[in-house]
Amino acid sequence: MTTAHHGTSHTGHGGGHGANRDRIKVALTGQKQPTKTVLSSLLAIQDEFHYIPNEAIEETAQFCNSTANEVWSVASFYTNFRFTPPGEYTLDVCWGPSCHLMGAQKILKAVQDKIGLDKEGETPDKKITLRYNTCLGSCGLAPCIAVNHHVTGRVTAESAAQLASKLLGQ
Amino acid sequence: MPATFEQIAEQAKARWQALTAGKRPWIRVGYAISGQAAGADGVFDAAIAACNQQGIEAEVTKVGSLGLNYLEPILDVTLPNGPRVFYANVNPDEVAGILTQHVRGGKPVTARAFAQQPAGATAFDGIPKLADLPEWKMQVRLAMRNCGNIDPHDIYQYVASGGYSALNKALTSMTSDQVLNEVKGSALRGRGGAAFPTGVKWSFLAPSKAPLKYVLVNCEEGDPGAFNDKGILESDPHTLIEGLLLAGYATNSNYGYVFIRHGHDLPVNATRRAIQQCYELGLAGKNILGTNFSFDIEVAFTGDSYVAGEETALMEAIEGKRSAPRFKPPFPAAFGLWGRPSNINNVKTIAYVPQIVQNGGAWFKSIGTQSSSGTAIVCLTGHIKRPGMYEIPMGLTIRQVLEDIGGGVVGQKIKLLQTGGPLGGVLGPEAFDTPIDFDAMSKAGAILGSGGIIVGNETVEVVDLIRNLVAFCQFESCGKCFPCRLGNTHMVEVLDRMCRGTGRTGDLDLMARIGSAMKVGSLCGHGQLGYNPISSALKFFGEEFKSRGQTGQKPLGSFHDGSMILPTRTRP
Repeated sequence: MTTAHHGTSHTGHGGGHGANRDRIKVALTGQKQPTKTVLSSLLAIQDEFHYIPNEAIEETAQFCNSTANEVWSVASFYTNFRFTPPGEYTLDVCWGPSCHLMGAQKILKAVQDKIGLDKEGETPDKKITLRYNTCLGSCGLAPCIAVNHHVTGRVTAESAAQLASKLLGQ
Repeated sequence: MPATFEQIAEQAKARWQALTAGKRPWIRVGYAISGQAAGADGVFDAAIAACNQQGIEAEVTKVGSLGLNYLEPILDVTLPNGPRVFYANVNPDEVAGILTQHVRGGKPVTARAFAQQPAGATAFDGIPKLADLPEWKMQVRLAMRNCGNIDPHDIYQYVASGGYSALNKALTSMTSDQVLNEVKGSALRGRGGAAFPTGVKWSFLAPSKAPLKYVLVNCEEGDPGAFNDKGILESDPHTLIEGLLLAGYATNSNYGYVFIRHGHDLPVNATRRAIQQCYELGLAGKNILGTNFSFDIEVAFTGDSYVAGEETALMEAIEGKRSAPRFKPPFPAAFGLWGRPSNINNVKTIAYVPQIVQNGGAWFKSIGTQSSSGTAIVCLTGHIKRPGMYEIPMGLTIRQVLEDIGGGVVGQKIKLLQTGGPLGGVLGPEAFDTPIDFDAMSKAGAILGSGGIIVGNETVEVVDLIRNLVAFCQFESCGKCFPCRLGNTHMVEVLDRMCRGTGRTGDLDLMARIGSAMKVGSLCGHGQLGYNPISSALKFFGEEFKSRGQTGQKPLGSFHDGSMILPTRTRP
């Protein structure tokens, strides 16, 4: 996710399929780096939509002179890709070893209790997508969580639950 | 606009002069991911607002991280020609007050200042010098020399700190062979984990006459507990870019990729901006600094995949495929990215190169130990008083790093260390007198790896931690080799039941058998080293493991309340 998306909510999964295809094409052709691949194309599409719409598989295959099979194989491999629209906020809770030692399990439990989930996924009101993250890159401030990729460190079970209820609009 | 190096350096000097000795004070906020995670956004905004409100005309800059994570967010103030004064753990609410007294009143808020860097002989009373702090004075900052001091988005600040003079020196007065020989002479070993001699690796690529050759920089850095690659890129990307250009020159290559995990915006944006500035000033692209050397650089992304950090998997990812390792041979120097000759180095490895070229290989070799020259960039995390990223000379003992730099344990006493990433291993206190260098660490049963040192105190349950590590390896197996894919899954199952208190007699033997199958049946380190966390923990904490290998035990660690929240996943 690029900086432009920071602090904004995940929107833009509306519109008909034709409109989707146009946006997909813009995302594909708008890649600025010289090397364009199936992976870079999928990342560009996920930057735009925050998920990989169905039509994007076909469009990417065409754009990269590849096959739908090959594109699916890449998309299903990297764990950051998702195939349904995420909630308004993506809440990543880290469970890497530094965070684990500093209380990640308690934080996960507190967050899940607060938002009513017992696994990764979306809350019924689509406000929050919960993800288990293996490392948010700021282990010196463990334990860490992130909202739409913005990392907060030194969280406690209480502060994480508080943040989650703020995201829920409570 | 292309310029000569002298013109660039002159402009850089003038700008630096204006920043440090001009009319306006310079206010810097540590804004790497560690700063951001500690709340630097609020501090930066408060500094801007306070300047506006109080009519302070100041330069307010987001700089990278000093590595002192435990003190973040950090704000520092330099009055013209004055000492640089650092304030730690700054709350946005106190920023206006600090600036009123320090900038408008000319007197630092001594009670809140944790350190200062004097300007020449000028220093404030009652504030310790940064260089005297125990966590600072034992450091030798080579790759990290600019981290936290300069704006990573400003190439002129890098040049003012001596940047790109090594490139200029190489291109104008050295042959590519001479550069290669300096790196060989430095005895620099790869900092990505394998510790292979860098100069030797480069010499595999240098003689090839292929028209297109690649130098790849690996910043995948999926190791939980290590953040020094991203740390260098977000704080001082030009050090890496200059090193990459020198690597390209030394190996007669013409294209470089910096490979980063998508989503880490700070290092990604800093690196992209740095590359763009190099192109603008004629430091990248065609005929660099007016010489015959041409080299293009681009950032390539991976999606979330730990194995993408393995060198051949990395090439697969740049090619846009699933990041699964390739069979070797052929080796990358012969058949690499898109089948062309390639060389791959870690960010830290490349970040040393400008200093090696500037000061000579012998100088670098004089730092550190006989077998491991230079410094180690360690990331201290977990139950330690001063978590952070520190650059230390190789050869300090683990105990010195933990106590003198890290400030000791949070809790009663240190029980264990987890080093070198999840595949690294676990060390007990009896190994704390081991010097930090590649060979001594591996002899002790762990690896230095990428430099992550996670500290666990007496409350840590070893089997619970190992389950966490193996769950990570299970989740991240690329799935290509079934001994790794299924072996890790199987080991998580076994560790799971040991943690739940339903372990079985023979469980340890079972894991040992799985581990040896993974070792011989996997293409890359992910499977080959997959049993490491368990074997190393058995060495130091065998009793704890054995007692779990029987039924009727109490659940432990994060399983106390019967809950267990970790993903398992097998890649399709």
